[in-house]
Amino acid sequence: MNLVESYRDDLKLIEKPWTGCWIGMTLLVLVLLPWFSSAHWVYLGTLIFIVAVGIMGQNLLIGYTGQISLGQAGFLAIGAFTFGHLAKLGIPVGLALLAAGLMAAFFGVLVGFPSLRLKGPYLAIVTLGFGIAVYQTFTSFEVLSGGRMGLVVPKFPALFGFSREVSMYYFALLLGLTFTLVTYNLVSSYLGRAFVAIRDNDIAAEVLGVNLTNYKLLSFAISSFYTGIHGAMFGMFMGFIEPQMFNFSESLIIFVAVVIGGLASVEGAIFGAAFVILIPQIFSGYREFVPVIFGVTVVLIMIFEPLGLAGRWFKIRLYYRNWPFR
Amino acid sequence: MSLLKVNNLTVQFGGIKALSAIDFEMEEKEILSIIGPNGAGKTTLFNCVSGVYRPTGGEVLFAGESLIGLSPDRIAQRGIGRTFQNIRLFNNMSVLDNLMLGRHMKFRRSLLHAFLRIRKEELIHREKVEEIIDFLDLAAYRESRVIDCPYGVQKRVELGRAMVMEPKLLLLDEPVAGLTVEEKNRVAYLVTEMRGRFGFAVLLIEHDLRIVSRLADRMVVLNFGEKLAEGPPAEVQRNPEVIRAYVGETS
Repeated sequence: MNLVESYRDDLKLIEKPWTGCWIGMTLLVLVLLPWFSSAHWVYLGTLIFIVAVGIMGQNLLIGYTGQISLGQAGFLAIGAFTFGHLAKLGIPVGLALLAAGLMAAFFGVLVGFPSLRLKGPYLAIVTLGFGIAVYQTFTSFEVLSGGRMGLVVPKFPALFGFSREVSMYYFALLLGLTFTLVTYNLVSSYLGRAFVAIRDNDIAAEVLGVNLTNYKLLSFAISSFYTGIHGAMFGMFMGFIEPQMFNFSESLIIFVAVVIGGLASVEGAIFGAAFVILIPQIFSGYREFVPVIFGVTVVLIMIFEPLGLAGRWFKIRLYYRNWPFR
Repeated sequence: MSLLKVNNLTVQFGGIKALSAIDFEMEEKEILSIIGPNGAGKTTLFNCVSGVYRPTGGEVLFAGESLIGLSPDRIAQRGIGRTFQNIRLFNNMSVLDNLMLGRHMKFRRSLLHAFLRIRKEELIHREKVEEIIDFLDLAAYRESRVIDCPYGVQKRVELGRAMVMEPKLLLLDEPVAGLTVEEKNRVAYLVTEMRGRFGFAVLLIEHDLRIVSRLADRMVVLNFGEKLAEGPPAEVQRNPEVIRAYVGETS
């Protein structure tokens, strides 16, 4: 039984010194990674940090607020192309990233409006339609998509004597860490509480004074901001974008990552990102089987561990914390 | 001026009249009970006052201002809290977080505070929540997930969630339904304390007439959406029409 009476104890980000210890170790390994490992691992690491941001955003929407969206690829594309065009005009990276996120957030609010009337599968269909519409728009209008050859995006510059790839790795790590921290803060604040309240019981939330319109739209805006940043970073990382990168299967992969990682869990988003990046790498010889693996994993997770990898991780930690009792 | 005034309230679902021309008034710090057989329209009346339904006709005035057409969250801000007949808690949150949500609208909310982990407001409002936790004796369940708590505790959490809103008027929809005799007496005591210590007016739906007649200052009896009687408990219970609605026709 936990008798924490002061809110300060509840608000601690890191509860046990031991937890702080291994988080520190993990961070140290991540910072030192480019020194002792191959370029390939740096490439994968960068990709995981980038994708984790988008998946955290999607998790805020699906896991916390309970609004299903299958159109995340649309926000990815909006973020990526906004960033691409702005970066080509010579606008600084930070500003262009912000603009990409805000543009995606704007469309997020637009897509959020149907959520005020629709729930569950109906909302999923609307967002699915949005994702496909964005994809079609970018394929049809060459002004937007940069023509048949796609849009060449300036890559991240080499900084502080590091190579271009390593600079990008550190930038992605920094951004990933910032977003992780902000997400932890957000879900432990009144905002996160209101989101979960809407998911668990929207009528009760409303009767307690939570304005459903504002909070649902806010959830869509924040979620698509994250996804827009993900798209922009992805474009900068690849150095080249075309509409085909943001088709429906990309939405599904984000969805799968949220479910496998664990709904309503920030660590889960990172686990999910690692899963959807690493599995295709491990099975690179059998690429056609990757969707099968994703599908089977989702089924297994739903049956045996509905809280996903994060739930399993939590149980492992609990086991060692209580050892040798139970 | 009365705290709550319901004037000629009518609700129709298609051809069915759930409520027809209901009138009653409520003073501050009054405990008014609404009784009636199942399907009499008691919960519909609550849903109209709290903004979940929009009535077909009539007026609901709270402290002199109309509540018709306001969304439930606006009505909550005016100072009306409610509980539900079939418990509507946030099942995956802890008891504490459920109660903290009750403070939601009292928060000075700023996105910056949320993003940067500035928690001054939480510390302030936690004090009120702790006061209610002590009042309802929920300390042992503070950190447990609501769905893991026993039914009686869930009922109390829902009471607490409405109480931390510090409303002027509290709508309680069958607060003692499904509880043991001891728990019923305890909730009855809590309801009188709510008025005594916190100064809420309480509008109460209850089937247990023994408890209600002890608690309520006045009663309103509904049957098939119509008001049968209104008055002090002893008087209402002798009303022949009320007896007919509850027991049936005497031959």
